[in-house]
Amino acid sequence: MDSVSVLIGGKAGFGIDKSGFIIGRLLNRLNYRIYIYRDYPSLIRGGHTFSIIRAANERILTHRNKVDFILALNQDTLDLHKDRLKNNSVVIYDSDSVKAEGLPSAGKTIAVALGKIMKEENAQEIMRNTCIIGAFCKAAGMGWDTLEGILRKEISKEIDINLKVCRRGFDAAQEIAKVEPLTQKALPLLSGSVAAGLGLINAGLKSYLAYPMTPSSPLLHFLADVASEFALKVIHPESEIGVILMGLGFSYMGQRAAVGTSGGGFCLMTETLSLSGMAELPIVIVVGQRPGPSTGLPTYTAQTDLHFVLNAGQGEFVRFVVAPGDAEEAYYWSGFAMNMSWKYQIPAIILLDKTLAEGIYNFDATLIKEIKEETPLLWDRQSPYKRYLNAEKGVSPLAFVPEKDTVIKANSYEHDESGITTEDPKATKMMQDKRLRKEKYLAQDLEQYEGVKVYNDKNPSGALLCWGSNKGPCLEVAQNLGLKVIQPLVLSPFPVKQFKEALIGVKRLICVENNATGQLSRLLKVHGFNTDDKILKYDGRPFSADELEQAVKEVLR
Amino acid sequence: MNQLNLGTYASNTWCPGCGDFAILNAIKAVLAELNSEGHPLEKTVLVSGIGCHAKIVDYINANSFYSIHGRVPPVAEAIKLANPEIKVICFAGDGDAYGEGIEHLIFAAKRNIDITMIIHNNRVYGLTTGQYTPTSPLGFKGRSTPEGTKELPINPLELMLASGATFLARGYTHGIELLKRLFKEAILHKGFSLVDVLQVCVTYFNMYDYYTSKVYELSGHDPQNFDAALNKIREWDYNRDAPIGLGVFYKKEMSAFEDKFLKVSGLSPQERETRIKKILEESA
Repeated sequence: MDSVSVLIGGKAGFGIDKSGFIIGRLLNRLNYRIYIYRDYPSLIRGGHTFSIIRAANERILTHRNKVDFILALNQDTLDLHKDRLKNNSVVIYDSDSVKAEGLPSAGKTIAVALGKIMKEENAQEIMRNTCIIGAFCKAAGMGWDTLEGILRKEISKEIDINLKVCRRGFDAAQEIAKVEPLTQKALPLLSGSVAAGLGLINAGLKSYLAYPMTPSSPLLHFLADVASEFALKVIHPESEIGVILMGLGFSYMGQRAAVGTSGGGFCLMTETLSLSGMAELPIVIVVGQRPGPSTGLPTYTAQTDLHFVLNAGQGEFVRFVVAPGDAEEAYYWSGFAMNMSWKYQIPAIILLDKTLAEGIYNFDATLIKEIKEETPLLWDRQSPYKRYLNAEKGVSPLAFVPEKDTVIKANSYEHDESGITTEDPKATKMMQDKRLRKEKYLAQDLEQYEGVKVYNDKNPSGALLCWGSNKGPCLEVAQNLGLKVIQPLVLSPFPVKQFKEALIGVKRLICVENNATGQLSRLLKVHGFNTDDKILKYDGRPFSADELEQAVKEVLR
Repeated sequence: MNQLNLGTYASNTWCPGCGDFAILNAIKAVLAELNSEGHPLEKTVLVSGIGCHAKIVDYINANSFYSIHGRVPPVAEAIKLANPEIKVICFAGDGDAYGEGIEHLIFAAKRNIDITMIIHNNRVYGLTTGQYTPTSPLGFKGRSTPEGTKELPINPLELMLASGATFLARGYTHGIELLKRLFKEAILHKGFSLVDVLQVCVTYFNMYDYYTSKVYELSGHDPQNFDAALNKIREWDYNRDAPIGLGVFYKKEMSAFEDKFLKVSGLSPQERETRIKKILEESA
């Protein structure tokens, strides 16, 4: 696949993230398919931050280690990333602060005196980023007008001076490559978090609660930004414990709520997760994974909380767990999780990883089915109301306060059908059976949906097995190497039948995960499936397509 | 609902003589009164934590959320936010509200959200059979502190005043008429209200005689005056011997948290879809 990759790097506080997004939008406007990888440390000023913006003529969901352009706003960017250069790569750098010496290949360099330009234009230092984007635009042979349009849209503060310094950068560079516009239609460009947020809204979200924690904060920020537009209550309470309890309060009142966090925050939520299971109060929990244990690497990526979310909370109760792999799946399955949570009155967990939550993807609505808010089972107002009626499928009809002459009791204790506490052995067993019975019907229900995705299924005997954002690199590698890809989306209740079908013809199953112990592989073992090889990466960084391809080749050798 | 049936079939398992009975009887009377005065029972939700106090929701035939230990306020706050017409009356113990869940209580007071907290403050853990709580006096010998506690109690009313609560009162389970008055006034107060009830645990910390010899009803006190309230609240610190005032210590009208949110919740599915489409188009 033809693609062009641009790395922009500097210190935190240089506006690298925003610049990466602007470059992404620029290439998107030329109708390329885009993926942006964002790499930043856990600090506000200093350190090293970079983004890799990759553009291709067809859909991509991952970055490559090798890049075609490096835009260096400081020396670190060149020193740390020079190995990514190819023979014909282009380095654009700030000649006032960077020395472009000792670069490994005979690539081209463009020196732009960013500091000098800032001084001459009386611009703030942060605007060096707009200036270097201008230089990149020219070097890549893209027209000025498109860039100007995007800057006007993306930059709200001091646009005139930004445009001025950008133009200076543009004029200071020479055209080296020609990135031609494509004829296909441009697609929306958004993060996995925004996609998940839109999916939740579409399925009837009324309130979103979260305590800030990377990598789930972008979802909080997005929903807070659109709260008035969608009449949502978006609240940041005192702690993750307060967050999920408030979620259940809304749920008790019949209002669809979702909460978001990462592993550490989810630890605090587990007692209330169990309450959701016992009191049969629907709640959607978005868990963005990052490397642990403990604080770990807050701003990096991992897939280490699969078994945690599958088993969290005291006691035995049914839960729905789904791990989307790209923006479209984040949208669709977030809405789906909301519907399932209400249909079965269970907690539903959407398991993201930092790569998906903060990565920027194109969103192709044609790839997913429509998802609509579904009405849950409601009380018919005929028979006297019992909140925990021992119904055949375990799902008791819902009623919400206020309802005249009707009492609605939720209870964390074991309770009878009316919600009054009981310690009676018969009632205890009956109610536990009632709650657990829901799993069977949920599993049957799920059979109609693609809980396990299979790609490249022309009978190759080798398959890559992945979940979450690893779908991206796996798809690309599998295409290059002629392998099948199996991606379980639903992880609880595990779609055993669908997985069995996905395995037909597979002789070698290679499990690809961002953790040190092979968590999906372990889950499969419980269900009687064995993986042949494991490719595990747990340094906080996601697989890039070229890196994974190398690793798979080694396994297959 | 002609005859308000507030009882349930749940058998009462509080110890004979437990102060919780007074709270139960007082709140039932208040609920009935409110119902006849135009606030229908179905627009009330009771929330409880875990502990002896919490059984109260099993004993009242009204909407309820029997929550978990220490976690009453966030549940109650969300119920209020979901529908501001609902009166949310919360019951919590001192171990529960002032111990494990203190962060929630402070934040609920800080937000001045219109919920009512009734604290069954018996200054001992009853259901776990007699350990000290955040309001047990220094040197309290409980099962986890056989030599006596080594820490001073907190004064919950002082803490709540500092946190932003706009209605603070103290009651005593020996004196149901005052309890009724305080509960009703607290429920009708627009904003965060808390009634700290000196509720006697006859089994693990029987303070009847002590309290009866120390309590008096506040009179001539101006509850609108913050400094006067603070002084009165500090008269007894839950530790040393001092007169124990009962009644309303502080009352102030302030805007409530729930009024700062949009009245509507969510959009029609069509409107939602249109706006989602617009966001997607703008992201291209």
